[in-house]
Amino acid sequence: MSANEFYSLHVNGKTMPVQDSWVGESLLYVLRERLGLPGTKGACEQGECGSCTVLMNGNAVCACLVMAATAVNSEIVTVEGITSESTLTDVQQSFVEEGAVQCGFCTPGLIVAVHHLLEKNPQPSEFEVKEAISGNICRCTGYGRVFAAVEATIRSRNEVK
Amino acid sequence: MAKSSVVTKPRDILGNSALRPDGAHKVQGSFEFTSDLHAENMLWGATLRSPHPYAKIMSIDTSAALALPGVHCIITADDVPGKSTYGLISSDQPVFASDYVRYMGEPVAAVAADHPETCRRALALIVVVYEVLAPLTNPEDAIAGSFDPIHPDGNVIRHQRIVRGDQNISGPIVVEGEYVIGMQDQAFLGLEAALAIPDPDGLGLHLHVATQWLHEDLTQISACLSLPAEKIRLTLGGVGGAFGAREDISLQVHCCLLALKAGRPIKMQYSREESFFGHVHRHPATIFMRHHADANGKIVKIDARFVFDGGAYTSTSPAVLINGITHTQGPYKCDNATVDGYAVRTNNPPCGAMRGFGVVQACFAHESQMDKIAVAVGKSPVEIRLINAMVTGDPLITGQIMESVAPVARCITETDAIPLPALMGETVNELSLPGGSGLTASRSHIVRGIGWGVSMKNLMYSEGFDDFATARCTLKDGVASLKFATSEVGQGFVTLAPQIARSVLGVDEVILEPIDTQIGSAGSTSASRQTWMSGGAVDGACRLVRERLFHHVGKQHSIDPLRLVIDGTDVIDQVGTFRYSVAEASEGIEISETFEHHHRATEELDANGQGNCHTAFAFVAHRAVVDVDPELGLVKVVQIATAQDVGRVLNPLSAIGQLEGGIAQGLGLAVMEEIIMQNGKVRNPSFTDYLLPTALDAPDVVAVMIEEYEPQAPLGAKGIGEPPCISVTPAIVAAIRNAIGKNIERIPVRPQDICL
Ligand code: FES
Ligand code: FES
Repeated sequence: MSANEFYSLHVNGKTMPVQDSWVGESLLYVLRERLGLPGTKGACEQGECGSCTVLMNGNAVCACLVMAATAVNSEIVTVEGITSESTLTDVQQSFVEEGAVQCGFCTPGLIVAVHHLLEKNPQPSEFEVKEAISGNICRCTGYGRVFAAVEATIRSRNEVK
Repeated sequence: MAKSSVVTKPRDILGNSALRPDGAHKVQGSFEFTSDLHAENMLWGATLRSPHPYAKIMSIDTSAALALPGVHCIITADDVPGKSTYGLISSDQPVFASDYVRYMGEPVAAVAADHPETCRRALALIVVVYEVLAPLTNPEDAIAGSFDPIHPDGNVIRHQRIVRGDQNISGPIVVEGEYVIGMQDQAFLGLEAALAIPDPDGLGLHLHVATQWLHEDLTQISACLSLPAEKIRLTLGGVGGAFGAREDISLQVHCCLLALKAGRPIKMQYSREESFFGHVHRHPATIFMRHHADANGKIVKIDARFVFDGGAYTSTSPAVLINGITHTQGPYKCDNATVDGYAVRTNNPPCGAMRGFGVVQACFAHESQMDKIAVAVGKSPVEIRLINAMVTGDPLITGQIMESVAPVARCITETDAIPLPALMGETVNELSLPGGSGLTASRSHIVRGIGWGVSMKNLMYSEGFDDFATARCTLKDGVASLKFATSEVGQGFVTLAPQIARSVLGVDEVILEPIDTQIGSAGSTSASRQTWMSGGAVDGACRLVRERLFHHVGKQHSIDPLRLVIDGTDVIDQVGTFRYSVAEASEGIEISETFEHHHRATEELDANGQGNCHTAFAFVAHRAVVDVDPELGLVKVVQIATAQDVGRVLNPLSAIGQLEGGIAQGLGLAVMEEIIMQNGKVRNPSFTDYLLPTALDAPDVVAVMIEEYEPQAPLGAKGIGEPPCISVTPAIVAAIRNAIGKNIERIPVRPQDICL
């Protein structure tokens, strides 16, 4: 591979140099294979499954559809950026406790999507939740426990208030 | 990179909703899936596949590809040192095609290079000259013998009849239909992936792979590589779902061959498009059924003919066929039957295991028939099913006696007792309408329908296969370690196994050792069998350890070990006052036991399809409520009510997850999922064109678990993985028929089937 590009990405609050890359690489590939951030998954590389959901300047996007080299001026947040070292976020905790995780391949994308939803819309209706995650395919759960996890998170946030 | 062991701690015993030990890693993105693995000095592997469904290979020229910078090696059929074919039941599938390609997507060569993009370019530079042949795509041509054999083993993979009872009996009521089932894809999210690391001496290797059955893979790989099994070690990489698609070999042999040839670690990972070609699918089938019934609607006789399209290679087609035809009657009494079944070879993609395994197809046919009988005798779908419901002790059409707990009537009545959903109000969100936002014409046109489906599903393996699972339990200082080769594909065996150990041994802390081939086989994570089989093995190993612990404690404290039992986390004397914690009791000692759980023996079917071929059965009922827009042909599944025979609930949270997930897959087959074939070519190998249920398609699921302890099962629990996805499909189709008053005999139901 003619590998001759050099650029930097801003990921999870850090500036990360990308070396020796081929310019055709997607953001998904660069995150996973070059920046040591494999939490973002790829299951279709066509923008259809949402496994690769990351935040770019605060918007949820499919990393498989973004050319990494075009993301140089964006703030990118991946599931690793949402995750804290010590504890699970309330969304993550609810996913585990409500059984929203089976094989877990869709999970990082869903975690990013749900965090994003609740940030933009802290009290989403049932249909707003469904619409917000309708781009995230889960083949294992049938979504019932995923809805339960989102509801549990909203409930616990309301109780805290 | 070798997965470290998982420690699980909470006091979660059987019956509790223990949480997944891998849950935290999965929500954080730190769980290592096979596709996340890396090795020092690793290369990428990729596969060249046939663009033709049927062609003769005239020549393969790899020279231009080899000359591409970054390419390390290319392998073809000539580079397979051992057996040139593999297969689960019949070894008839080439590692690489050498003379003929028999389906679109058949592997022809593989390349190892420094970057996935280099691989793609190298594949494009390999020149294969084909003489394109007219493909055999119609299964009836395979049966009729009107097409020259496309494989040395012939075009009929298996033919089996079932002849039972009075062949000439008839009934006043006769209903029939020809049912067509499309080709469904398992569509697990975690694509096929493997990492093969050659040993430093080049004489063996370590394969990390996402699979359903490590030991079966090992057997097949070892034969193809011509390496003794001891030279190959398999470790389960993190698996992103399976649903049957990982039971056959896909990239395993290719990846190992490349690693041995390149002398470097090789990672292979399919793209979604390649995945559609790289694994087997659910068999498309055509099933004719004619039911004779008496004036009350009781089944008198069934005539049926099954044709399963097995595609180019055998895979598990013979077993799928047997499952299909032996479930002709469904969960109903039937004394007389004539069934003819074929699994045939065509130039369509190979088909094999998918959740429900042949029974999905049979169930769509028999449930459609039950509704026809109901109409003919003027009974409701519930009444007709209750009249015919099977009970324990009934003979099946194979002559086998139903020995499993069979709460068929209870499944139906408890489902029937679930309240129906409210009718659509005027203020309903448009996303909940058929077709979702912006697609539906007018809500005043929408009609609601209700439909039923009930099914019987065999559990574990059949036809004389000695099916077993192995587990080892080691107790040391109050901590239990469990070792097994059971594939965790998402179903939750890693949650269940520690629950068993805690319940049997009274320990708190359980360590799960890596899942690999360093212990005996666990069998496949399929056929709803691991809770029963590997669960039975873990239970057995833990019980042996407990027995030795009691002996040890008994000796130390001069108590008859037979008086000792586990109470919570203590060893106690059940007739005395002695109480001692398991942690103290096992301090300073190490007790290790291995147990193999075999299920009871089964038999092959004779020429008339008679024999005790199945191990055990589970039952489930589904009631579907749908809203249909008859003008646009759009369907929204509103609610699925279900009552499932589970034996005993071991983990309520895992159980509901299996039910809801299975229902979504059955919904997919009912109304959207189909691999579309055209003259042997797959037309929609992508998630853009192969539609899967999304969160907006998910119905409300209201589930009841019917707990009637199954005495044959080691833990009293039946497998629950497959039943949810079986009768939900006919229930949804019946609801569509009920809504629009039109007979539909094909799945998935397409808009044109509704509105034209
Ligand atoms: S991998 Fe990006 S949407 Fe599927
Ligand atoms: S948990 Fe497996 S795809 Fe969602």
